[in-house]
Amino acid sequence: MATAARSIDTQSQADIPHPEAVVVRFAGDSGDGMQLTGGQFTLSSALAGNDFATFPDFPAEIRAPQGTLFGVSAFQINFGSSDIETAGDAPDVLIAMNPAALKTNAPDLKPGGLIIADDGEFNARNLAKAQYDVNPLEDGSLGKWQLVHFNISQLTMDAVKPFGLGNKEALRCKNMWTLGLALWMFDRDREPIVQWLKDKFAKNPILADANIAALNAGHAYGETAEIGNPGAVPIPRKHVDAAPAEAGLYRTINGADAAAMGLVAGCQLAGVKMFFGGYPITPASSILHALARFKEYGVTTFQAEDEIAAIASAIGASYAGQLGVTSSSGPGIALKTEAIGLAVMTELPLVIVNSQRGGPSTGLPTKTEQSDLYQAVYGRNGDTPLPVIAARSPGDVFDCAIEAVRIATQFMTPVILLTDGYIANAAEPWKVPDMSSYKPFPVSFLDHVPEGGFKPYGRDAKLARPWVKPGTPGLLHRIGGIEKEVDTGHLNYSPANHQAMTDIRKGKVDGIASHIPDQDVCLGSEGGKLAVVGWGSTFGPIHQAVRRMRVKGHDVSHIHVRHIWPMPGNLGDLLRSYDKVIVPEMNTGQFKTVLRDQYLIDAKPLNKVSGQPFRIHEIEAAIEEALA
Amino acid sequence: MNDMTPIQKSSPKDWETDQEVRWCPGCGDYAILKAVQRTMPELGSTPENTVFVSGIGCSSRFPYYMETYGFHTIHGRAPAVATGVKLANPDLDVWIITGDGDALSIGGNHTMHLLRRNLDCQILLFNNEIYGLTKGQYSPTSRVGTKSPSTPFGSVDRPATPCAFALGSGARFVARGFDVSKHLPDVLKAAHAHKGAAFIEIFQNCIVYNKDVFEDFAAPKGAEARQLWLQDGQPMLFDGGTKGIAMDMETLTLKVVGVAEGDWQAAGVIVHNVKNRAIAHMLVEMPFGEFPMALGVLYDDPRPTFDSAVVEQNAKLSEGKTPDLQALISKGQTWTVE
Repeated sequence: MATAARSIDTQSQADIPHPEAVVVRFAGDSGDGMQLTGGQFTLSSALAGNDFATFPDFPAEIRAPQGTLFGVSAFQINFGSSDIETAGDAPDVLIAMNPAALKTNAPDLKPGGLIIADDGEFNARNLAKAQYDVNPLEDGSLGKWQLVHFNISQLTMDAVKPFGLGNKEALRCKNMWTLGLALWMFDRDREPIVQWLKDKFAKNPILADANIAALNAGHAYGETAEIGNPGAVPIPRKHVDAAPAEAGLYRTINGADAAAMGLVAGCQLAGVKMFFGGYPITPASSILHALARFKEYGVTTFQAEDEIAAIASAIGASYAGQLGVTSSSGPGIALKTEAIGLAVMTELPLVIVNSQRGGPSTGLPTKTEQSDLYQAVYGRNGDTPLPVIAARSPGDVFDCAIEAVRIATQFMTPVILLTDGYIANAAEPWKVPDMSSYKPFPVSFLDHVPEGGFKPYGRDAKLARPWVKPGTPGLLHRIGGIEKEVDTGHLNYSPANHQAMTDIRKGKVDGIASHIPDQDVCLGSEGGKLAVVGWGSTFGPIHQAVRRMRVKGHDVSHIHVRHIWPMPGNLGDLLRSYDKVIVPEMNTGQFKTVLRDQYLIDAKPLNKVSGQPFRIHEIEAAIEEALA
Repeated sequence: MNDMTPIQKSSPKDWETDQEVRWCPGCGDYAILKAVQRTMPELGSTPENTVFVSGIGCSSRFPYYMETYGFHTIHGRAPAVATGVKLANPDLDVWIITGDGDALSIGGNHTMHLLRRNLDCQILLFNNEIYGLTKGQYSPTSRVGTKSPSTPFGSVDRPATPCAFALGSGARFVARGFDVSKHLPDVLKAAHAHKGAAFIEIFQNCIVYNKDVFEDFAAPKGAEARQLWLQDGQPMLFDGGTKGIAMDMETLTLKVVGVAEGDWQAAGVIVHNVKNRAIAHMLVEMPFGEFPMALGVLYDDPRPTFDSAVVEQNAKLSEGKTPDLQALISKGQTWTVE
């Protein structure tokens, strides 16, 4: 643990500009360690007291051929002295480790932004791989940006020379040299990173020392360049002040870890053990990885032979009295669909986490999208309703996971929790909650024959059926996917019974609406000219866009919906209190369709399906147009 | 229940539900149901600690007729559901009821992995060499040339051999029986006594779509000559002890030999050793006709089970650790704002 520095070095701060926020993008080959660099720069931002949001963007290939355009891995961070909700529209600074990284990322850079390039990698071979005919560092084509370039590769080799590493290993320290330079540029303390390197390479102190030397050399390069060391290129320097934040303990969190911990927390609040059945799939595997280490929390993880076995085993565990949980991404959820229907029919609690990615089919495995909303709400055979919850940010996944466990266990139903690739991978600062502030929702297994006899499909006031653990004497019963008779749960295909059971299943899920919070307006007023309605990870850009437009005096409000199905009871009236409603989504308009269907309102879509999150200005433009 | 409680032996009736059995009159499933209900009281299990899990198909209706806990799941997935049941509560006595289509076609993947992992359970595969509930299409165990609605001119693909599949998947217990056999309860008992995944192929007569397809060896008349009932430690004799199975030392294959005056040793008849995996492979592949049908416990050599390994690892890694959720969420890259 560290204490956030509220001020670092007053002397240096006085000399350098203090922007409110800065967006930096590290881009390099997928083997260059850009995600690691970004991650450590993020930690440094946290320790400097900045608010931040990150966006890791990496290829689907594990090690794409070196130097290629499709092998570029990038990490963007937006850090600032006020609330940061998105990873930033356009970078102020681009650090490009090779020609391919420059080519694929420079177009996003702000006009006048700064490019720092490793010219040691701009050789004929790499230029050709990046499809440059001439060296862009020399032909003036980057004229609308500030450009500094030097041979980071050579400078790194020089710095780590004393440690006797091979060429390949020495060059691997390049990312730490770059990080050292970035730390100097933004007036950051090196010590936490040095400590991290020592821990990381505890078993290989030479590598630790070499990386620390590279980090220090990058930092020193900035310093000596500033004082006019001949041959060094001066680099602009900035200091971003700490953001005001509530006092307390903070940590960085990504959506996958938040899901794992939230599920554990939910199970503790429910008083049940967790069984997690999973099958590897990008970007959902990280939840399985995290939970596999939580054994002392009563978690059993099972890597199944396929997606179907993953959910089927979870259903089996729920039947046996633990909470079954499974997670996947769109294609895996598609495979699980028949089993989800079984969980609806047998009315067993189950949590299904979908880290959405670009589709259809294999689609864009490492890119983000929100296009599985129809799949979650409607995507099953038969009339098969189930609750759907969507998280808006990495930290929010924690609370949404608890909510999913609550609804699953209280209502004896499978629940789908939607996150996405962006939420799963992105990191944000998270104020660690006080677990004693969460109200427990203990489950009660039926363990005796109730008055009036045992009815496996009898109902409580919420229409939930009893949860009975096999092993309980006197309550033997059989369940299955064939239509159940009201109360008894015996097989029954009769018309009246199917009508009644269909109505009960629908009524139970609809009834959840009275057990969730009313829909609020997260920014703006109830009623007015325009509501921008969002769900999931579009929260950040929508919130910032609405905030900016309100500062400009526009009548626009932001409504963010967490409970996608059933929706809060007051949502229809709330939406009708605005003249216009627009719904930005990273799909072709799925939530818009649901809103239109449920409330007969003229919700207008704003859609983006590029595998990239919305930019704030894209939503601002839509607001402007809607209000024009 | 503590050790002092006297265990009252149940009767077959105690394992019957009040549900009307819905199989076709004369179906082999009735005989298997009776055999299971007759065997259960002998096993020392209680109905409340017993769970029958099935997939989809005629045989998979089985759980509805057993007065135990039961889960009629979806097509092919019973092994996966059963895995979750057993891992969540390893004290339960788990039985999987499946068929040739359910276990070897749509659910082949799960059957393989359940056997490979060695989950402690009994798998009863009712093999009738046909899809019954969907009205008679050929199945993955149907013989070449099977005429069915989907193969009106005869099937052309080669069938799977369930016991060979099981052995190939790493099964540690493989047995065979048939629906009306008086030996079936003994096979069930041996399966239950085996700690780990116990795979039993039960030939079952579908009287509507594949009637009497096993008559060639299952018919009472001439059974002696066509059935080789294997018993651990006993010579592999059949046909009233006049024939036996021996090893052809030149080709390293099995052969049928004549036994004169009971001197099976002179004839080189093999003594069945349920732990001999190599012989088990040969027994399951013995072509019927030239050889008798190998029945009974073909292979039984227990190994540590998946569920016990999971329980052990969970316990070992939790040892001495207090689950502290607040501490868990406070880990990682943290800092304090004052």
